[in-house]
Amino acid sequence: MKKIIAAGLVGLAMGVSGTAMAEPIKIGMITTLSGGGAGLGVDVRDAFELAIEKSGNSEIEVITEDDARKPELAVQIADKMIQSDEVDLMTGIIWSNLAMAVVPSATAQDVIYLSPNAGPSALAGANCNENYFNVAYQNDNFHEAMGNFANKDYKKVFILAPNYPAGKDSLTGFKRFYKGELAGEVYTKLGQTDYAAEIAQIRASGADAVFFFLPGGMGIAFTKQYAQSGVDLPLMGPAFSFSQDVLPAMGDAALGIKNSASWSHDLDNEANKAFVEAFKAEYGRLPSVYAAQAWDTANLILAAAEKASVKDKEAFRAALKQADFASVRGKFSFNTNNHPIQDLYVREVVKEGDVLTNKIVEKTFTDHEDAYAAECKM
Amino acid sequence: MRQHLRRETLVNAGLAVLLLAAPAIAAMAGEPFYVTLATRMAILALAAVGLNFVLGLGGLVSFGHAAFFGIGGYAAGILATHAFNQEPFPFGLSGTNQMLVIWLAALIASGIVALLIGLVSLRTSGVYFIMITLAFAQMIYYFAISWPAYGGEDGLSIYVRNAFPGVNTLDPLSFFLICYVLLMIVLAFFATLRNSRFGAALQAARQNPVRLASVGVEPFRIRLVAFVISGMITGLAGALFADLNRFVSPSMLSWHMSGELIVLIILGGTGRLFGPVAGAILYILFEYFLGGITERWQLFLGLILLAVVLFARGGLIGLLAGKVRHD
Amino acid sequence: MSTALIIEQTLNGLQFGVMLFLMAAGLTLIFGVMGLINLAHGSLYMVGAFACAVAAAATGSFWIGLAASLAAAAAAGALIEVTVIRKLYERDHLDQVLATFALILVFSEGTRWIFGSFPLYLNIPQLLGGVVTLPGGLPYPAYRLAIILVGLAVAVGLYLLISKTRLGMRIRAGESDREMIGALGVDIRTLYTVVFALGAALAGLAGALVGPLQSVQVGMGEPVLILAFVVIVIGGIGSIKGAFIGAILVGVIDTLGRFLLPLALGVFLDPSQAAGVGAALASMLIYVFMALVLAFRPTGLFAAGD
Repeated sequence: MKKIIAAGLVGLAMGVSGTAMAEPIKIGMITTLSGGGAGLGVDVRDAFELAIEKSGNSEIEVITEDDARKPELAVQIADKMIQSDEVDLMTGIIWSNLAMAVVPSATAQDVIYLSPNAGPSALAGANCNENYFNVAYQNDNFHEAMGNFANKDYKKVFILAPNYPAGKDSLTGFKRFYKGELAGEVYTKLGQTDYAAEIAQIRASGADAVFFFLPGGMGIAFTKQYAQSGVDLPLMGPAFSFSQDVLPAMGDAALGIKNSASWSHDLDNEANKAFVEAFKAEYGRLPSVYAAQAWDTANLILAAAEKASVKDKEAFRAALKQADFASVRGKFSFNTNNHPIQDLYVREVVKEGDVLTNKIVEKTFTDHEDAYAAECKM
Repeated sequence: MRQHLRRETLVNAGLAVLLLAAPAIAAMAGEPFYVTLATRMAILALAAVGLNFVLGLGGLVSFGHAAFFGIGGYAAGILATHAFNQEPFPFGLSGTNQMLVIWLAALIASGIVALLIGLVSLRTSGVYFIMITLAFAQMIYYFAISWPAYGGEDGLSIYVRNAFPGVNTLDPLSFFLICYVLLMIVLAFFATLRNSRFGAALQAARQNPVRLASVGVEPFRIRLVAFVISGMITGLAGALFADLNRFVSPSMLSWHMSGELIVLIILGGTGRLFGPVAGAILYILFEYFLGGITERWQLFLGLILLAVVLFARGGLIGLLAGKVRHD
Repeated sequence: MSTALIIEQTLNGLQFGVMLFLMAAGLTLIFGVMGLINLAHGSLYMVGAFACAVAAAATGSFWIGLAASLAAAAAAGALIEVTVIRKLYERDHLDQVLATFALILVFSEGTRWIFGSFPLYLNIPQLLGGVVTLPGGLPYPAYRLAIILVGLAVAVGLYLLISKTRLGMRIRAGESDREMIGALGVDIRTLYTVVFALGAALAGLAGALVGPLQSVQVGMGEPVLILAFVVIVIGGIGSIKGAFIGAILVGVIDTLGRFLLPLALGVFLDPSQAAGVGAALASMLIYVFMALVLAFRPTGLFAAGD
């Protein structure tokens, strides 16, 4: 955390070639390191840098800049990275709205962008692009997984999300797979911090479970207030609200909540064990799902760099598309629209000693694809 | 006094030349990014000049000018999206990718909204005015976030920068020149208006509304006209900003944006013709260089702003050209 | 839709309103006495919440945290009053807006520097953990009920302080005539520092009380700051009574709007659409209300000096 990377300063030329087998690759990382939601960006940056460091590939230069979660600033940084730093690849953006601001124009300028988090539907379907690789998920995926899981035990679910595009995509994704009846569908104000009114509605609705998508501080507020309200219907949601970065702030209020993700720190494979251990050793905290995705993104780049030169875009894209790397998620491959085909899991918030974390309950989707791939003509 | 004015003219000319020369040199040196940075300065300066109409001349602290900035941006974004997807609007109107038409639409749209907001807000004064303009901007901000048709909080992408007759707008320097020329035209307009009877009446409305009313001029109407002009110019800047970023989002409407516009004016020097220009240059340089050095740049930005308010009240131009009587 | 639900939602609105009052009271007091518009009031709210979370984590007691939040916010308030704010009283509103805007940046990034980017944990005290059954069989969280009571107690306390005590007399004198209290031999600088620290402590109390309900994180003060401004503008800037009535109105209108508008729209639209459009309208509702109030009463419901 204290490691401040004064990247972007001129003069840090990577002049020493040495016994370079791989050629230099310049990666521009735009992520959120200040302002609201900075915790997610910090995890992405830390995991990405750690992966590059562990690989021993000293020819990779990562230029990291803070977007402060402002789309205009992200665009400005992207322009600088493309026009002035002449980066080969870009990555790092956390939020869909920032991705929508940066990705279309970056890919149009023939820069390859790899998403370590956001996956807006607008970029997965008809507007897909050969230069855009999503290493995380399509935005609907986690919600779809929860909808599928809910079919098992529940018949009348109350659903809740903020009133903005990702919120609507969330409930749409849930409903795409959930077959039961809805006890209610509520959209809250983005950034809302008091959920007493919604909890009262839940209490009165006769629901048998609650699905909610409230990222960041909103989810913390909702979960705490729900636990205090005396309403004891089971809660479920996508992993964003129960990721390692927010769990400590929720405390025991989060215990037992089911949440869906493509990854969990107890996922049983070699790559994941190595990742969790390395991350804990380096930063003294458990990694979040964002960190896992960033780690995979870095390893995907490293694997592709073994096979092709980044200067030969055609070949490098082909190498990326093979996704020939050891993912911490176990299986990982790209669909026709360069979005992941991956397994999705349902996890439960548990306490390991004093630390709140997630434990896998079951796999709810195997080789899940997103709903937009068919619209992509690529 | 006269000497100060001359010095200020020199400083203004210097700023105008600097803002033109720096990107030209950067373009020749093959550093297009610095052209983009200068374009950003010109556009933010333009937006702040708009605010300066009410703030500098009329003494009305509008804390909601982001509303007009965002509306101008959305005018550009919406028209361009309809043109790109070839979806006509109701009543047979079609989208367009012509900047001139887009500017007109941005001017009209932000003008109408400014008229409506002004009609209510200008009945109040002082702190009430600050707060009510802030609240109206917040209202529009929340509307933009939750209204699904044009992207909500995800915003709208403009896939190809809009066109201007005879100019290749995709070339950074050409687009910069468009913005620069507009900025200069608006500054000339500002200077003319300031010295006109209207400008005198607006400044009189700030200093002595009672006397103004006694000679048969109603301060409310003078202020309303100034507020509408102000909103329109900021709206025009918003349209350019959308084209610069090839993207519009509700963050253009957020209260931080309103705050930034005020910051630009004060950094440069309140009540000065070129104050917004100097402020925009400084602000962007701070943001860019501090942001490159540390991720805590907002902390240092805050300290710098504090220092300016407490110790350098005239802003940059005050520092360079000496004080003027606060009239 | 049952009566019980309506009553519960009204209570929720009341609780929200009372919380807004704690914020608005400080703002309006500072404006009334010193003529200062303080955007950094939200930062003091954040300071209170952070102090409470840190002290509660260290000692295991929410109550010590609560005391710490009052102390920390009052101290932070006094500190910025002496170093920065004091120089702004004679300035125009423009300088005040800018300087306090700068203070927000300093507070936010400074807090992030010290505490990191991740939200802190703060839970409600065990004593208030459960649910209270109200007359009529309505279950309601004890903690929220406690907030309502604390808010009402603060309102009464402020009323007594201002109308019955020596300090209150000076505050009232300061509101009506600034020169006069100087002539009365009151040390005006100390008075201003005390008033500012009092306002800051109220904001810190609000932050600490809300901390267990929400997430304690950087930037938490900004949304509530803007709402507090709406409240004091509706109530009349400088009026404690106005702040109280404005806060309750805003709290109830906002809460009931969020609940009733989607239901009302559900009569014409399909549920999913009604939910979306209703939420969009509800988020604008209090601003519309404010515009309506100001259109008829440009200085708010209870302008100072009324």
